[in-house]
Amino acid sequence: MLGLGVGTLWLSVIVLLPLAAVVTRAFDGGVSAFLDAATSRQAIDALVLTLVVSLLVTAVNAVMGTVIAWVLVRDRFPGKVVLNALIDLPFALPTVVAGVTLVLLYPDVAYTRAGIALALAFVTLPFVVRSVQPVLMELDREVEDAAASLGARPSQILRRIVLPTLAPAIVSGAALGFARAVGEFGSVVIIGANIPFHSQVASVYIFSQVESGNTNGAAAVAVVLLTISVLILIGIRALGGTRDDG
Amino acid sequence: MIRATSITKRFGDFTALDDVSLEIPDGSLTALLGPSGSGKSTLLRVIAGLEAPDAGSVEIAGADATGVPPQRRGIGFVFQHYAAFKHMTVRDNVAFGLKIRKRGKAEIAARVGELLGIVGLDGYAERYPSQLSGGQRQRMALARALAVEPRVLLLDEPFGALDAKVRGELRAWLRRLHDEVHVTTVLVTHDQEEALEIADRIAVMDHGRIEQVGGPRDLYDRPATPFVMRFLGPVTRLGERLVRPHDLALSLHAAPGSLEAQVARLVHLGFEVRAELVLGDGEEVAVQLTRAEADELELAAGDIVHVRSTALPEPEPLSA
Amino acid sequence: MADPTTLPSAQTAAGRWSLRVLALGYLGALLFVPVAYVLVKTFGHGIGRVIDSITTPAAIHAFQLTLELAAIAVPLNTVFGIAMALALVRGRFPGKGILNALIDLPFAISPVVIGLALLLVYGRGGWLDGLPFQVLFSLPGMALATIFVCLPFVVREVAPVLREVGDESEQAAATLGASRWQAFWRVTLPSIRWGVAYGVVLSVARAIGEFGAVSIVSGNIAGRTQTLTLLVQERYNNFDKAGAYAASTLLALIALSTLLSMTITRRREP
Repeated sequence: MLGLGVGTLWLSVIVLLPLAAVVTRAFDGGVSAFLDAATSRQAIDALVLTLVVSLLVTAVNAVMGTVIAWVLVRDRFPGKVVLNALIDLPFALPTVVAGVTLVLLYPDVAYTRAGIALALAFVTLPFVVRSVQPVLMELDREVEDAAASLGARPSQILRRIVLPTLAPAIVSGAALGFARAVGEFGSVVIIGANIPFHSQVASVYIFSQVESGNTNGAAAVAVVLLTISVLILIGIRALGGTRDDG
Repeated sequence: MIRATSITKRFGDFTALDDVSLEIPDGSLTALLGPSGSGKSTLLRVIAGLEAPDAGSVEIAGADATGVPPQRRGIGFVFQHYAAFKHMTVRDNVAFGLKIRKRGKAEIAARVGELLGIVGLDGYAERYPSQLSGGQRQRMALARALAVEPRVLLLDEPFGALDAKVRGELRAWLRRLHDEVHVTTVLVTHDQEEALEIADRIAVMDHGRIEQVGGPRDLYDRPATPFVMRFLGPVTRLGERLVRPHDLALSLHAAPGSLEAQVARLVHLGFEVRAELVLGDGEEVAVQLTRAEADELELAAGDIVHVRSTALPEPEPLSA
Repeated sequence: MADPTTLPSAQTAAGRWSLRVLALGYLGALLFVPVAYVLVKTFGHGIGRVIDSITTPAAIHAFQLTLELAAIAVPLNTVFGIAMALALVRGRFPGKGILNALIDLPFAISPVVIGLALLLVYGRGGWLDGLPFQVLFSLPGMALATIFVCLPFVVREVAPVLREVGDESEQAAATLGASRWQAFWRVTLPSIRWGVAYGVVLSVARAIGEFGAVSIVSGNIAGRTQTLTLLVQERYNNFDKAGAYAASTLLALIALSTLLSMTITRRREP
């Protein structure tokens, strides 16, 4: 099909070619050079900080995202429709604006690692909500009634029936959120002090290496981030996919 | 015994149940029969505690159950679309109520095995509901409901989602099960054939009210209202009366109480014959005869015959 | 039918209230109050100053550049998206899984990695160094970055719609004499129009909001290669707080109208 050919070409030029260049540059001096660059003190600090904060934020948003999805699907109150639409705000709002608004309201978090967490929480909020909502909507109320008729208390119904059914959606939503958090740049650059070895996340590290001309170092850490992203995408697809597609 | 007294339930503007009272004797199999929207499912769910009535009370085994949540009413509930726990095996589904009650592992295993045997699902214990047919899923649901030895078994159109053959088989099977296990059972259905076939008592409902309660024979032969009569079997009108087509007799000569009619059409339905007649005033009447009776009269379209009712005499004529 | 006003069996009355408070509190503190606060604070200094702030030459140029980039990236990715969605849903070929994963990549990659990647391809010593026109620090490079980040949106929104709709209508059109192209224009496109619309809205929002990749690739030259997001950052770093808030407010208002468009286009069935 013509469409497929043109599409694949487009995909290759736009996405594959540049990413291949990154991988090539990272291994420019061989595997040992790559490892050296990726394990420099500054790089390690940045990666560790990134992973730890991202994991934390992902866990929090996994819980809160499920709670919010529950309230949106099962509760009724005035303004729910508006609320539902506003959940997508982090998807629609530029990340720098997110950083600016958060610092304005919470000036104490500026230049702190807590600020980084706050920014990442903002940016990854909708993922679990949007992943859980459709599953929750499809959940047959009769199944919960059946459990009640068999003697299960509401907490037991939640634990044994509802949560197991939601689990795959929660996990895949959280995984996507994690991938997003790990790469987040705009909001973090505004909020954080971005002090190397202390409060510099991986994306900011890459940026600073580019600025100082150390593209090899930047490429090395970029490859690490890329690997994380690819692994997560593969993992989500193995789980069954978040979205319906070909 | 279950006693529902003056139950009223509204959903917004719609009145699902309007001052409904019903008694269900111990050990019986009672059918709540009616068209969709009649309130039968709502009444069942009120008895189960899955809906709270706006007014009225529910009594189970002599104790007031009106405020009691479904968890503690001692009921078993079977849903039309099975409500299977999809992420659990058949065994875990059936064991669910027992696990909630924290019974011992050995006891659970024994009871589950026993129930799977009763419902004919031996060997399916490790399968998932998605691997079962509709009929098998419903039998699993029954086993699951019976596992906790409920005082009353409530079934909400349990065979509605199954195809005709399976429906017939499961219907008969349910009756046999009831004869063995003797749990007080309430069954909601819109299928009058089903109710007539397996219920001890039938409560006919329409528009949120109970029209009549009685045994199948009573309801069929002595319907209290035209609605009940129409719902439970075929009806036709002779003059001012509603009669069953098979309660009409044809003769070639006038008889006491008979009316003259012309045969418009004869339909041969295998063993039976339906004679569609037109009366003098233009009204149409359908008469059901056996083939033998039709042959004896040598009926043909265009013949003039006389038709009269052989139903039990009514105290006064019904107007429909 | 279950009564919609009774609680689901998995929840108690107290549970419902506490969840509601928890959810609304979290959303308020994290999302709504910050954005509302910026809007309030900005206009608190008078709307005149806000207008001044977003009509400086630099701001106007940034606005134009941002829109230009969206105007380049979104239509291209829309065509790509429709073609790809058709191929994925209706085509038969090996490697669909890989293709799907590739299309999803822009969702999961850090923008700075994208910027770095473009730098390595089109920059000095890069693979495509020496093209007759300037790519980096100029519009083409920024356009490439923008195209990269909004690549998946139209595909991902159109594919499920295509799947749901099926191709029976196109078969019917064929029996009625329509050519493939005619069937596409008259039958296929109309059936997916809301999916396309939604995908376009999401792409536009993403394009306007792009920061990291464009930051690396543009050199951030004010008045020449500075987008609105880069303008916000520059003003913020120069302690021109009011200016940063004004530009942020403009972007926030654009984002809110994006949300509105999303809500309007989301519920439509083919």
